[in-house]
Amino acid sequence: MEVRSKAIQNSIREKARELLSSKKVDVVVGFGEGTLPLRATPIFIRSPEEVDRLIWNSYCENNLATYLYKLSQFKVGLVVKGCDTRSVIALSREKRFKPDQLYLIGVPCQRMVDRRKVKKAVKGEILRVSEQGDEITVEGEDFKKVLKRDDFLYPSCQVCIHRNPAKPDVLVGDPVEESSLVEVHPDVKEFEKMSPEERWRYFEKESGRCIRCYACREACPMCYCTECFVDSSNPKWIEKGLSPSDIDFYHIVRAYHQSGRCSGCGACERACPMEIKLTYLTQKLNQDVKELFGFETGVDPDAPPPLSTYEIEDRQEFIK
Amino acid sequence: MKLKLDKKNFIPFLQSLMDEYDLFAPVQLAEGVSVYKKIDQPEEVDLSIANPQKPAKEIFFPQSETMFRYEKAGKESRITSTEEIKRNRILLGARPCDIQAFSLIDHVFAGKDYTDTYYVNKRKATTIIGMGCDHPLSTCFCSSLNGGPFHREGSDLFLIDLGESYLVELLTEKGMAFQKNKFLEEANEKEISMAKGIEGKATEKVKPSIPVNGIEKKLDQMMESPYWDRVQEKCLGCRVCTYLCPTCHCFDIMDEARTNKGRRVRNWDSCLSSLYSQETSGHNPRPTNRERTRQRLMHKFNYFPRNFDRIACVGCGRCTLYCPAHFDIRQTIKEIQEGSDK
Repeated sequence: MEVRSKAIQNSIREKARELLSSKKVDVVVGFGEGTLPLRATPIFIRSPEEVDRLIWNSYCENNLATYLYKLSQFKVGLVVKGCDTRSVIALSREKRFKPDQLYLIGVPCQRMVDRRKVKKAVKGEILRVSEQGDEITVEGEDFKKVLKRDDFLYPSCQVCIHRNPAKPDVLVGDPVEESSLVEVHPDVKEFEKMSPEERWRYFEKESGRCIRCYACREACPMCYCTECFVDSSNPKWIEKGLSPSDIDFYHIVRAYHQSGRCSGCGACERACPMEIKLTYLTQKLNQDVKELFGFETGVDPDAPPPLSTYEIEDRQEFIK
Repeated sequence: MKLKLDKKNFIPFLQSLMDEYDLFAPVQLAEGVSVYKKIDQPEEVDLSIANPQKPAKEIFFPQSETMFRYEKAGKESRITSTEEIKRNRILLGARPCDIQAFSLIDHVFAGKDYTDTYYVNKRKATTIIGMGCDHPLSTCFCSSLNGGPFHREGSDLFLIDLGESYLVELLTEKGMAFQKNKFLEEANEKEISMAKGIEGKATEKVKPSIPVNGIEKKLDQMMESPYWDRVQEKCLGCRVCTYLCPTCHCFDIMDEARTNKGRRVRNWDSCLSSLYSQETSGHNPRPTNRERTRQRLMHKFNYFPRNFDRIACVGCGRCTLYCPAHFDIRQTIKEIQEGSDK
């Protein structure tokens, strides 16, 4: 295991032990070992004896802020990356939890590895994976391949410039340098080159694979409505089958509901079993919000969210 | 009877099937993403895909299916049936786990007490060409559930990939109808023994490893176990595991109505959704994830065996592979068997 991750892992465990022993929190939500290579899994630690189940590596890809709605009765220690912290700040703006309910264990993120991209780089099933510096070694029954880590990162991680969690209660690990590997999200870049007709075709091709499992919605911390518009039957905004118009409608509304709220973590895209690209839409909206309102979700806890703030004297000229 | 199909003749062979049947087979929608669908062009078929994301149950039990259409004109009303299957069908390339699942959901849709016309009509009209699973994954545990990567039960014909050709076994009366297909030739000893070798190697790879015996009895005692609190913790409440499961078979019936016409549709539904059990009054007997995740596991490993004497899991591994929170059903089975009550 990479030295840096190992050190972070130890610090997470130490902090979790301290928080649980002193009863500062009831539960620590972090990552545990997956049962498959290239996977980690969310775990919920409730006693100091269990803290050694907590891990840190390049596959801690879930945004754990999505579990907060289930834990409203508890004091929670939450392991967060930069993007996850931004979701927490956005949720806090929307008054989704009590101010002293959370203890953020912030990890300066090394950018997460795209497990699907890694799988596609080899023929056969990956049975073992290890990381050394900027290289990932994957092994199967009859192959061993070394991959350059930077070539196998999630698109949302490639473009990330907020890897250090903003104002966590504790930071585990040294801060990382804030620079992106690519200037524009690779899928947004492609999308922006297209004509409106091409964009529509691309959107329809992606959403055409949707099976309406709503994993994208459930994985997202910002999708917390008690009743989602797709589930409402009175009024019925949308049919429940697989007609392209209904599926397209869902994806458009889901993306628009995120504008000015999305941290760009990419959890939606990673959750999709049909590998539908989703972040080209949300990230494009994030870019637009940044350009038009100078706002980035969850970066400045005091900045008013542009799309849910109303003032008669609006700050933006273009919207008057 | 054992025949062979030279891969050079694969496309014309598919064309010959399509001349007589509607063909359903695995198709790649994007790199690494595939489904079973009705084939328009033989070139679409991709048999190199071991298990598409969506299981083959879709062929008999589509995710969204019109049950009938209705229309009102003046005082007249008209109902159009969608029950009839006009052309016989072939399901090509399904792996033994997906095929074994049919024998399970048959109990529900074509059982002693009830016949579901929509399912049964499609099932009867379909010839199944199964395929040996020569590269099972580490997540596969079919052999723990009375299956196996080369389990032939349920297939009318069975293909084994020999590299340059397929060995084609005709297993049932429906299968024997293909004896005269001009692209199928007699297989020689060498090919038959090569196929045996491939089968042996794959079977060796999927040894029974998941202890399912007696799980029904264990679960009898676990309805109020605190174990479910732990199981539910990381579940996001999405529908991936149920929609991608070859044995999950719940649906919801809706009317899609316009002013004076519409259709009645049934769509897959999932016990992991809170709406699934919500009653008209607003009361929900399964109010939290705890009751819902318990329902999913109870149905597979307790209620279904109680009703039909079989576990409603075929060990395909899809739920484990695709769960966004990386929930591993193999681990859950082991924990239940080890008597986890925490």
